[in-house]
Amino acid sequence: MTARDILAAAMLIALIVYVLLGGADFGGGVWDLLAAGPRRREQRVLIEKALGPIWEANHVWLILVAVLLFSAFPPAFAAVTTTLHVPLTLFLVGIVFRGSAFTFRSYDTRGDRVQQRWGLVFSLASIVSPLLLGMCAGALASGDLRWVGGVAGGGFVDPWLRPFPVAAGVYALTLCAFLSAVYLANEARDDALRDDFRKRAIASGALVGACALVAFALSFEGAPRIRAGLTDRPWTWPLHLATGVSALTALHALWRRRWRMARVAAAAQTTLILLGWTASQFPYLIVPDVTLAGAAGNPRTQRLLVVALGLGSLLLFPSLFLLYRIFKGEQVFAVVDATTQRPSALPVSREGEGDGEV
Amino acid sequence: MDNLAFARAQMGISLAFHMAFAAAGVALPLVLVVSDVLYAKTRDPDYLEISRRMAKGTAILFAVGAVSGTVLSFELGLLWPTFMGTYGEVVGLPFALEGFMFFTEAIFLGVYLYGRGKIAPRHHLFAGIAVAVSGMLSAFFVTLVNSWMNDPTGFRLVDGHVVDVDPIAAMFPRPFWHQTSHAILACYQATAFALAAIHAAVLLAHPTSALFKKALGITLAIATVTALIQPVVGHASAQAIAKHEPTKLAAAEGLYETMPRAPLALGGIYDETTGKLRGAIEIPGGLSFLSFNDVDAVVQGLDAVPPDERPPVNAVHWSFDLMVGSGSAMALLGVVAIVLAWRRRGVPTDRWFLKCVVAAGPLGLVALETGWFVTELGRQPWIVRGFMRTADAVTPFSHMTARFWLFAVVYVFLGVTVVFLLWRQLRAAPVAASPDAPPQSHGPHGAGASP
Repeated sequence: MTARDILAAAMLIALIVYVLLGGADFGGGVWDLLAAGPRRREQRVLIEKALGPIWEANHVWLILVAVLLFSAFPPAFAAVTTTLHVPLTLFLVGIVFRGSAFTFRSYDTRGDRVQQRWGLVFSLASIVSPLLLGMCAGALASGDLRWVGGVAGGGFVDPWLRPFPVAAGVYALTLCAFLSAVYLANEARDDALRDDFRKRAIASGALVGACALVAFALSFEGAPRIRAGLTDRPWTWPLHLATGVSALTALHALWRRRWRMARVAAAAQTTLILLGWTASQFPYLIVPDVTLAGAAGNPRTQRLLVVALGLGSLLLFPSLFLLYRIFKGEQVFAVVDATTQRPSALPVSREGEGDGEV
Repeated sequence: MDNLAFARAQMGISLAFHMAFAAAGVALPLVLVVSDVLYAKTRDPDYLEISRRMAKGTAILFAVGAVSGTVLSFELGLLWPTFMGTYGEVVGLPFALEGFMFFTEAIFLGVYLYGRGKIAPRHHLFAGIAVAVSGMLSAFFVTLVNSWMNDPTGFRLVDGHVVDVDPIAAMFPRPFWHQTSHAILACYQATAFALAAIHAAVLLAHPTSALFKKALGITLAIATVTALIQPVVGHASAQAIAKHEPTKLAAAEGLYETMPRAPLALGGIYDETTGKLRGAIEIPGGLSFLSFNDVDAVVQGLDAVPPDERPPVNAVHWSFDLMVGSGSAMALLGVVAIVLAWRRRGVPTDRWFLKCVVAAGPLGLVALETGWFVTELGRQPWIVRGFMRTADAVTPFSHMTARFWLFAVVYVFLGVTVVFLLWRQLRAAPVAASPDAPPQSHGPHGAGASP
């Protein structure tokens, strides 16, 4: 295993963690927007508190992907940021809006109307972000994003507005909504509220499956190399099987109100989906012009990066573990909430309680 | 304005914004740690209250810094893909290390903010120290990248290809020690002066507030120390620049002609066509002396490089003068503070002095930003000095105007919002935390109400 492979794996791991931690945050925006029924207000309050959108430091995982990309595979970074200039820029605008909305929501501002308007901004920004990232992923896989001689061959708009990338974007958004609903069902204390999110989780879980099928169907024309990667390689079938099993496990667990199992299964399903995508695209970073080997920077830098990663992990994982142990039973994602929380009538559940497990 | 100009303006806004919030993120933990240590030593509940109140502001500022940092990581590629594509492997290591430091900072900030009362006080203090140290280190690493851009090393360019890359050498180019110390000190200085101004303003309105007097004591101390060390570091920095980046110094002083006994020029408008600095106050031999400790030393002027390699002189010159002017004013205030503190045997609370502190509030931030203008604009037209021009690094995406205005509006809005909300939090907070003094709000309608 070369330094190059380790760095590519590190980027993938960082991306997976970003989706697992940040995806639930983004997905919260969907449920905030679609809050309905007699407990609409409580739903919104739960989303705001439990998902800890304030933990903007989540973005550090994405920053890690970007840094590893430009340090270890610099031409690929140049290619991605040039060809996908528009969707990445829009994604950044969403991030900044989320930051603004978060700042407002952290303070007891004037009143409900102001809060509502910012809530809307926050929800919209939270929805647009995974949509755009999914479209970027779809475009990278499609084969329509051309990078020849340092020029964006397909133009700046067309390649990511085609059916396959759009479907990938919707798929990503639905997946985030699903993750979010499962987490929220875990966090809710009130039974009726839990059931609200259980219904939403089951519905979005089914939609995730539908999106996967649509994306696969569109890949025949829209991303033929992905289709081939998904079906023609020997290890893909066990991967599909595992993904399907975890999806069904998650839905089953939700049905049976086994909340923790649902959460684990949903996380596993998400991880396997991301693995499936990247594995079927391997070794291309951008199909068909940029490969890992072709874009690799000089080996000395790569080796030093691996050392830095190793040292960094030695430092980070114990401290993350310490953080989790200190706040076991509290909302891990809302660590800053304690200083910014308004007193609320709605209690939030602790880990291990009321999850229906025997 | 063409695409390059908009791209540069875009990068400028993103960096200027990020630096202000990142500086706060680096320096505030130090204030928190000092306050915590003072509480541990004196058991005075006021110090605990100071820490508590600053925690919320720290969290907000840190989060905004994180958001703007995310934008910057991507903008490096969105705006300058050729730069990153060519030199990413040379300069990527310090970026990665900065990322790790930021990550560590974030984790321990979580422990610190949420762990008070839940973990042993010693461990809590350790978390605070960890935040302060990792914040400082992340500023260190990211400034290393900029020093490399100013004085590139650790590679060779052969037929347009980067070869013989030595990432460790690239991390420690010639300017690294003075540029990083100057930048790190500036973070503490800018934050401390801004905070001291706030505390002084409250003290002016409520002279009996023991809480704010103690808060002023902490922030004024940090402000004074940094204000007195910074000119020394700055001077060393300028002397190094005179040797290794002479064009930047020439632009900073508006010096066209290479000459001995070069004058120090304060103010004035530089005429690009004639090379004359109009209306400046000149101190003969001043520049030669400051640069080389010798009034007769030859200082290189802008005429030593072809016209297309000269930076925008007026922008660099005025930024430089503003920076030095602010720095001098802050140093003077620091001296006054020391004298007064010695005479009063404590935190000086003379009204005229407090008013000066309030007036000096923005100076640290002004110096931070203008100083950065000097180093960035003074390197133009190069993005990597001597190797790559900014114009050759820019993205081929051509619709930069709309993009620029969109981000400008959003950033201005976000900046104003944050400042406004922090201001409101301050106005609504009670003036005292000591159990013997009744808490009184200094807002017009009492604590918690909106004005």
